[in-house]
Amino acid sequence: MNLYNRRIWVNRIGITLSMIAMSLGLIALLWILWTLFSKGFAALSWDLFTQDTPAPGTDGGGLRNAIVGSGLILFFSMLISTPIGILAGIYLAEYGRVSKFASFTRFMTDIMLSAPSIVIGLFVYALFVVTTGGFSGWAGSLALALIAIPVVVRTTENMLKLVPTSLREAAFAVGAPRWQVSLKITLRAVKSGVATGVLLAMARITGETAPLLFTALNNQFFSTNMAEPMGNLPVVIYQFALSPYDNWVNLAWGGALLIALVVLAVNIGVRVAFRNKYKR
Amino acid sequence: MSEPSAPAGSDLHAQQVRKFWLQDKLFHHATQLFAFVVLAALVGILVSLTIEAWPSIKGFGPSFLWTNIWSVPDDEYGALAAIYGTVVTSVLALLIAVPISFGIALFLTEICPVWLRRPLGTAIELLAGIPSIVYGIWGLFVFAPLFAEYIQPPLQALLGDVPVIGSWFSGPPIGVGILTASIVLSMMVIPFIASVMRDVFETVPNELRESAYSVGCTTWEVVRSVVLPYTRVGVIGGIMLGLGRALGETMAVTFVIGNANRINGSLFAPGTSIASTLANEFGEADPGLHIASLFELGLVLFILTFVVLAISRWLISRSMGSEGL
Repeated sequence: MNLYNRRIWVNRIGITLSMIAMSLGLIALLWILWTLFSKGFAALSWDLFTQDTPAPGTDGGGLRNAIVGSGLILFFSMLISTPIGILAGIYLAEYGRVSKFASFTRFMTDIMLSAPSIVIGLFVYALFVVTTGGFSGWAGSLALALIAIPVVVRTTENMLKLVPTSLREAAFAVGAPRWQVSLKITLRAVKSGVATGVLLAMARITGETAPLLFTALNNQFFSTNMAEPMGNLPVVIYQFALSPYDNWVNLAWGGALLIALVVLAVNIGVRVAFRNKYKR
Repeated sequence: MSEPSAPAGSDLHAQQVRKFWLQDKLFHHATQLFAFVVLAALVGILVSLTIEAWPSIKGFGPSFLWTNIWSVPDDEYGALAAIYGTVVTSVLALLIAVPISFGIALFLTEICPVWLRRPLGTAIELLAGIPSIVYGIWGLFVFAPLFAEYIQPPLQALLGDVPVIGSWFSGPPIGVGILTASIVLSMMVIPFIASVMRDVFETVPNELRESAYSVGCTTWEVVRSVVLPYTRVGVIGGIMLGLGRALGETMAVTFVIGNANRINGSLFAPGTSIASTLANEFGEADPGLHIASLFELGLVLFILTFVVLAISRWLISRSMGSEGL
């Protein structure tokens, strides 16, 4: 085989392997989704939303307490992380372009984006559960908020960086103070982008299980008291999936489908909504 | 900025300027305080884990890291089995994930028709969005049984008698174990590595690509001799990011690793990782040395991932300019 043919064949093999890799990725996605939908839809019924988690070995029941608990924990963790994340993002984008403290913070935020979530759970356990004397919905919200904050910080900062300097200068020129320029001009200019970041942060923490194991724990009964242990979907899925009861395993698939639907809907939704805005 | 001087309350304009100046100062420090929250959390994690782990750090000393014992009845703990499981599953996951991620990034940047790039890229990103607990139950109920029936026996027949590596594939094919955990982990980190690789491949100036094509290079040669050398640092950063993710992954691993607190030379054998030990034992841990040892495991995991992720971020930001990711 001459050199020319050899180069063509190497190229063909390389391209084929690359296509195989791409199809493996797609197959993995479709396989997981297909399993999730086929097993999850079988478990889906009105009871899932109207009944509480059943006792071991019994039939029927649903996930109402876990769904409501997850909703409450998520709501409060977003309530904590959104303002903190946005204000920290404003600092990094508006005041921190040259400061050493800001670039250090930016670096650490990037690390926190991928830090193991179970360690965050340990931290909140040591900081909050031990000192307040017990597992609670608040502890769960706090742990999830710590995971969401870096996501909000970085998207807010990246969005604010897209605002042209001329817009800021125009506002300064008519005498606006810096805080008004930040909140009323630049933040408003990118508000939909920042909202995207908040939604993505929510999607990120919706399925987080590890940090809730030692913070919110679980509650077999319906409860809206954030100061008590609280049922939540991820921990229920974890416990039920590893149980020997068919009914529990079935409910775990139903719960997994609910979580995945929320996460996928948010992820696809923001991508469709912002397809042509904010080109990076 | 120095404080603007205002003649004692006479000039309305000067009062307004002073008011704005104070508000600005307040706003600056308020936002700075919130940025500080992230740093405080990081330092807080280190400090609080060290405090909680102190009985174990003092009791076992540094040999905690290389002692292979985990016995609740004897109240003796060593991290070796968990560290072994963590490192082996993560490294194996990378061995599988890196070539596939490279193929995906190569396809998305060089081969794929432009109209397909967006949907396919989104599909890969969705793989990253799927919660890890979903990977966990999928791995336990769907993948592990198939793996035990159709993949482990042929693998054993093929490689079981080869010297040295044969023992890696010994033992009963039960589905769950180190190798299964590695494969599920690799599926979870592929989207992260592939996205970073795609992003750094896109930083290669088109002039470079086109000049290579114009002297007759094939696509493969362009990638090997132009794109890869240009983006080497970022590619390594992406791989390290995947490693950082794999080391700390909890739920997916807990479901499929088998949770046996010992070291077995075989990849088919059940094992444990730091994160899965924590998930399994922390809830019911006895106060005292047991819980302190678990905290020390958490501390080890945090430091390990911190170092890996710090290197990764540094490499990626060097490769992508000041933008970062």
